[in-house]
Amino acid sequence: MDLLSNKWIVYLALCLFVAGVSCNSVENKIYVKLNYTVPCVRLLNSTHQIGCQSSLSGDVGVLHVLESEENLDFVLRTGRNPPYMVIMESSLFNRSVMMKLKNGSGRVAGVAVVEPTSNPPEGFSPHTRCPNENTGVYSENYGPGLAHCNTTKWNPLGNGLSYEEFDFPIFSMKDDNDTQLIRQCYMDHNRPVNGSHPQYPLCAMQLSSHMSAVTNTPTCMRRNSISFSMSNGQPDMVCDPLSDQNIWAPSKPLNTTQNGHKANESVIIVSARLDSRSFFSEIGPGAESAASGLVTLLAAAHALRNATQDAQLDRTIFYTFFHGETFDYIGSSKMVYDMEKNQFPIDLDNVHSVLEIGQVGFHSSSNLWLHTDPVSMRNSIVQEEVKNLIANLNSAAAGLNVSVKEPGVTQPLPPSSFQRFLRARPFPGVVIEDYNSSFSNKYFQSMFDNADSLNVLYPPNLTPEEQLNHVTDTAKSLAEVATMVARALFLQAGGEKTQISSINADELTVSRMLYSFLISSNNSWTQEIIAPKDIVHLNNNTVNFYISVEQQASLPTILAKYLLANLTGSVVNVTQENCRNQKESEDDKDSKHLYNYIWVQGAALPNSTERDGFCVRSTVHLSRAMSPAFELENYTTSEYSTWTESRWKEIKGRIFLVASHDLEMLTLGVGIGVLLSSLLLTYIMSSKADILFSSGREPTSATY
Amino acid sequence: MTAAVFFGCTFIAFGPAVSLFLFTIAREPLRVIFLIAGAFFWLVSLLLASLVWFISVQISNKESASQQKGLLIFGVVLSVLLQETFRFAYYKLLKKANEGLLALSQEETMPISIRQLAYVSGLGFGFMSGAFSVVNILADSVGPGTVGIHGDSQHYFLSSAFMTMAIILLHMFWGVIFFDGCEKQRWLAVAAVVASHLLVSSLTFQNPQYVSSLVPTYIVMFFMGIWAFYTAGGSLRNLKLCLTCKDKDFLLANHRPR
Repeated sequence: MDLLSNKWIVYLALCLFVAGVSCNSVENKIYVKLNYTVPCVRLLNSTHQIGCQSSLSGDVGVLHVLESEENLDFVLRTGRNPPYMVIMESSLFNRSVMMKLKNGSGRVAGVAVVEPTSNPPEGFSPHTRCPNENTGVYSENYGPGLAHCNTTKWNPLGNGLSYEEFDFPIFSMKDDNDTQLIRQCYMDHNRPVNGSHPQYPLCAMQLSSHMSAVTNTPTCMRRNSISFSMSNGQPDMVCDPLSDQNIWAPSKPLNTTQNGHKANESVIIVSARLDSRSFFSEIGPGAESAASGLVTLLAAAHALRNATQDAQLDRTIFYTFFHGETFDYIGSSKMVYDMEKNQFPIDLDNVHSVLEIGQVGFHSSSNLWLHTDPVSMRNSIVQEEVKNLIANLNSAAAGLNVSVKEPGVTQPLPPSSFQRFLRARPFPGVVIEDYNSSFSNKYFQSMFDNADSLNVLYPPNLTPEEQLNHVTDTAKSLAEVATMVARALFLQAGGEKTQISSINADELTVSRMLYSFLISSNNSWTQEIIAPKDIVHLNNNTVNFYISVEQQASLPTILAKYLLANLTGSVVNVTQENCRNQKESEDDKDSKHLYNYIWVQGAALPNSTERDGFCVRSTVHLSRAMSPAFELENYTTSEYSTWTESRWKEIKGRIFLVASHDLEMLTLGVGIGVLLSSLLLTYIMSSKADILFSSGREPTSATY
Repeated sequence: MTAAVFFGCTFIAFGPAVSLFLFTIAREPLRVIFLIAGAFFWLVSLLLASLVWFISVQISNKESASQQKGLLIFGVVLSVLLQETFRFAYYKLLKKANEGLLALSQEETMPISIRQLAYVSGLGFGFMSGAFSVVNILADSVGPGTVGIHGDSQHYFLSSAFMTMAIILLHMFWGVIFFDGCEKQRWLAVAAVVASHLLVSSLTFQNPQYVSSLVPTYIVMFFMGIWAFYTAGGSLRNLKLCLTCKDKDFLLANHRPR
């Protein structure tokens, strides 16, 4: 065979392979795959499992579109073709309906919730009423009357659905073509007409979201270790601890490679949280619960950049962003643990006071509230410091469009990272929130906590570029808060009161940050300030603030890190190679202990795809945010967060028609009948074959 | 549509073929070998036909539906003609092989007659043809859904299974008639086989009106069956003898020692 025919054979083989990759046409006649499938996944902690589970190959149920809560009776009692797959609008997705479905035993195969186009006006929060009540500072030993939200329920709209366990899959669907197809299929086949029951074939749906982990975290970690030891190289893990990265940056450079106490360093920790969640897995818009505080702190850090470099301040300001606070304070408990164990560049003795920015998005219609801890304030020194801090905040707010007040009653701190610091020792600290005794956020930790609920609205008919540069009202009010925080920090760090009027947060920056976190993270501004290797993480959707299980940083951490570096750092004239190697010149060996160098992409050059990159020198660092329970390998502890997320093999959904059981049995019966009768017939014919086929074989056949 | 439908359709499609195999072929190694060889010949014919069709589809205009339909018809006709050509080729090969086998073996009579070869090769063609017709449909029938969400008929699986059963039996009958026609130089019989094969294949274009494709197919199968029965040496008299159980005497009387 010469070379030419070899080439032809290879070409032909390739052609056939490519053609074989196309879809199976019989399968297309039967199933319609759902494109947008967002499941609720299983999470486990030291004692419980929460979330949803499906059977191994998926749960199949006859479709039923739920019209009202009374219609549940059809699903649970009167319907003739259980199990049912319930499709509901999100207005019916409330606690009473879901609890009834949960107790529906074998008649419910799964639930699909259709996302609405606008937020429900009465509010919705699947979180608990008292978030993080067991891992805060209040307990029987510390402020017993204040523990477990005895004095005030922080999240009164909370229905606790996120923390319930369901043994059927619950998916979320957008209101798009697939959902229209589902509704059409239901109308054509499943709808009871004039009180009569629908006939087969019926429209059905299969949802698959089988979770590997069961029971609780100690069980799944034990199974992880068994799997790891038994199979070499390819362990079959069942769960992963929730983890990500905290971000921290001191306002003046500290030696970060030396851990433990730093002599003569007094540090003010100002913190915000980086994470949120919702009932469904990859959705976590967290506009008010995470983005408002995060953006405010970034803007305050930006406002303080020049002031902290020019003036010699007594104390260092430590900007911190904690991840995983939703799940029993993962990030803050890890940082406090590191500080206690001398595994962090500063330790708890260096910490002077703590200022935390909580949910501050709704302040424009009301005041900002400064929450303090009544138990630690019984100590006169702490009380003095707290009064000092509040006075600084008040003077910072003077002249701004912000009014701050203290709640007049004795009430505990709201759920905040500061509580974990208090667990270590009594620090003076204040938590800034936009509510007094219960959240003003009606959509706490739900999929509705998005740009709309925060009133980040743009005039219609703007291009994305124009939207990026438009300053929204929410941005203006958050900029006011940031200015106040920055000025207060300046005063708290020992700065002169006369200089605070030059400290102002930039409204355009705040608006761009809100746009990047809440509307689209892939825009021209973020593309300029990001390093080339992380561009792939940017997308055109709202940022998902869920902590997830990746050991590397997720998108909100990455974005916040680059924003903090660009907003607090300075541009230095360093070559790309030196920048990447963390040094300013060839023989520079000290800078890497103090600073962090990042080579960012920069602006696009005109008429070219090349970018004008530059090196940013900042003090921004990442530190691991994983609960100390996993380091200590103590998974039954009640002191630290023990949250893990289960692993799964595949998540999918599809719809199809099902035939009645009788028809299936009939087919089987006919098949068995055909087989048996053909066996019988063949046996008879083959045993009499001599006679049957005899004529023509023997010419001398006897005649009778 | 779940395991019940899967097993039901498998039994319907392959029931007669498997029972024929079990009772008439499985015990004789020579017949098994020729069965598998026959299946292979059918497979090669399908490969060639599908190669030609595939290339012609790639060259053609993929958008035009009428052109695609035309190509499909062309593909079906080509496939039928190629199958019959390969049946003829197998016949020629078997004739040559038989002479060689006779020369090798020490017995006087041929170890396997041409009539038995006709039956076995026809059944081999049938097995492979049935497998390719229905196995991917059976694979999808295991899942929870049935055909119909886009408006197709619900009886897809069942009618495919019945069609496959008819095709397998038809291949067997055609094998018998074809080889006999080639033996006795009765080219009319050969032409009739090709024509009826074309007819049955074209009837499938009537789907999804399954009644109008299945009923004529079964009628054709019935007539082909009767023709094959007569060709194989059967007759009405033999049938009557069998049915009225007078066969025992006939046998005894017939096998007088020579």
